[in-house]
Amino acid sequence: MALNLKKWFNIREGLQMLTDVDSASDRYALLQRNIRILMIVLTIVPLSMMALINYHQYQSSLREEIITPETLLANKTRHSFEFFLKERQSLIKSISYFYSYDQLSDQKTLNHILFTLKKEFGGFVDLGLINGADGTQLCYAGPYNLLGKNYADQGWFQEAMLKGTYISDVFMGYRKFPHIAIAVQRLEQSGRSWIVRTTIDTTMFDNLIAAMGLDAESDAFILNKDGILQTDSRLYGKVLEHCPLTIPRGGHATYVEERKDPSGRDIFLTYTHFTYPEYTLVIVKPESTVLKTWYALKSDLFFVFLASSILIVYVVFRLTGIMVNRIREADQNRELAFRELQHHHKLSSIGRLAAGVAHEINNPLAIINEKAGLIKDLIEYTTDFKQKEKFSSLIAAILQSVSRCRTITHRLLGFAKRMEVEIEKLDLNELLEEVLGFLEKEALYRNIDIALELAKDLPRIDSDRGQLQQVFLNILNNAMAAVEDEGKISITTWEKDADTIAVSIRDNGCGMSDETLRHIFEPFFTTKREHGTGLGLSITYGIVKKLGGDIEVMSKEHEGTTFNVFLPKKPNA
Amino acid sequence: MKEMKVLLVDDEEEFVKALSERMKMRDVDSEVALGGEEALKTMDEKLPDVMVLDLKMPGIDGMEVLRRAKKAYPGVQIIMLTGHGSEKDEKEARRLGVFEYLQKPVSIEQLMKTVTEAYKKKFEDAMSAAAFAESGEFDTAKEILDRDKK
Repeated sequence: MALNLKKWFNIREGLQMLTDVDSASDRYALLQRNIRILMIVLTIVPLSMMALINYHQYQSSLREEIITPETLLANKTRHSFEFFLKERQSLIKSISYFYSYDQLSDQKTLNHILFTLKKEFGGFVDLGLINGADGTQLCYAGPYNLLGKNYADQGWFQEAMLKGTYISDVFMGYRKFPHIAIAVQRLEQSGRSWIVRTTIDTTMFDNLIAAMGLDAESDAFILNKDGILQTDSRLYGKVLEHCPLTIPRGGHATYVEERKDPSGRDIFLTYTHFTYPEYTLVIVKPESTVLKTWYALKSDLFFVFLASSILIVYVVFRLTGIMVNRIREADQNRELAFRELQHHHKLSSIGRLAAGVAHEINNPLAIINEKAGLIKDLIEYTTDFKQKEKFSSLIAAILQSVSRCRTITHRLLGFAKRMEVEIEKLDLNELLEEVLGFLEKEALYRNIDIALELAKDLPRIDSDRGQLQQVFLNILNNAMAAVEDEGKISITTWEKDADTIAVSIRDNGCGMSDETLRHIFEPFFTTKREHGTGLGLSITYGIVKKLGGDIEVMSKEHEGTTFNVFLPKKPNA
Repeated sequence: MKEMKVLLVDDEEEFVKALSERMKMRDVDSEVALGGEEALKTMDEKLPDVMVLDLKMPGIDGMEVLRRAKKAYPGVQIIMLTGHGSEKDEKEARRLGVFEYLQKPVSIEQLMKTVTEAYKKKFEDAMSAAAFAESGEFDTAKEILDRDKK
């Protein structure tokens, strides 16, 4: 697996292949792929790590930030409840101390106290005095007729007697309103004990919960130690119903939990236990509201991550594409330049060799010429020479061959000559017309249509008149040879750019094969066999290059050939 | 026009002898010299009208012969005939006052034509110089005779 992966990835080889010109053609694709993979891995991995770290850090710090207000709220509310109960309890305790047993036994006084309590504090329903010794209701102010009722067996009586105070759980009382009962025991020094007991409705509980200012989705309620609702819950039932949530007992801190409630909602649960009575305040919020900021942050984080990833991938793809294309272009240019250099080198070395050969051949050629000429002269001056005609024709053939050789050696020398370029200002259009003058007769005779499309205000250039004549004569000669009788040759001139003017010579002749096209500027390459030296176009090429110009040729078999010659306005510019 | 005297200078004996023979057949009084020194010596003995001179020769080469001959005998017309002509050589030869610069091999017809033209020029120069001399304008006469010397 690891080996396969290595082979597939192949970065080193991919990079090496760059320097190896002859390797597989898809090396650029491979290189492009590898660079992309590498760059994406190098950028996305750290980005992902950053995103993950941020995610966790934000999560923990935000959790703190969310929990703190929840616990604060729970604590505050618990304190309010405890304060409320403590206040009521103290009030009853004060009454038991401020009033004597006898005073409290007086129905009138008791009614008055209840009236005052109702008026000043609210929520008080009744007030009663119970004998501590036997648990009988001695005096009672309130809506029920409870006088004489015995409480000796009831739990709250025993607890009040034992602990001195008692606060009951909520129960349904008078007019079907939830109530709690508070009882306070008073033990006189004489040993007589009695209990003051009051019932308070729990509207105040609802007020305290409302004061928390919870939103519509949230819920807060009080549970007793058995899990019975002491106030109405929006989500988990009415008062005195059993709450389906199980809240763990024990502990005096405020606890925060995330959990699913019995109906499957994700809730954020905050609860705190009262010191006395054993109530529990529970705040329930849907997780979505509490964690709203976190969710927003999370989606922001995710969006930023996604957007940057997409951006990175896009940029990497585009950039790598551009880069690899540039590399490919540079390679191609280099190869092209190399090929051109090679070509040029080949041409010039062949030229030097050719010149040397031409020089050496010229002398023996001159001897052959003179010897054969002498024989010819001798035959001609001798009147009674047998087979005179036969000899004459033989000699003529020799002289003709010498003449052909001379053409070759002279052209070779011309090709090799490091001629000094004679620069003058010249009008290329004029020059072309001059050259056409040489060919006019042949064109007329063969009915060849020569069309001139010369740019009117072609700038004059600095170049060598004689050599340019040679160039265009060579190209036009080839064009004339290529076209049939009644063929067409068109010559166009134009200003290519600020430094260059161009001449295009197009014929509709036989054209060339790609193979021919490849060798066209090489010396001794000819398709004319007997009639050509194969030097014309190589000389043309040499001259154009020497003059700082360029020449290009396009050809299609049976359709024709176009030569474009580009010449600088100023030499060596 | 009396028979013209031509001096053929070339180290290629086979070439120069054959050429000489052919010229003789064309009523030209042709002499042969196989080197620069011999050419200069022959000139001293028998002044030619036209000299056909090779460029590359052992010893005194064609260019040197041209230089000396033009100095000593400005009237003699000189034709260069060489197989080794470079552009530079041609320029130099022309600067020194050569009548024509030809590349080997050359047809006898062309050579004869050139030689005849050179002879004609020499003759005309001499005639006009004589005319000027006769009318007392010696300076002009000298100028004509020295024209090719430079």
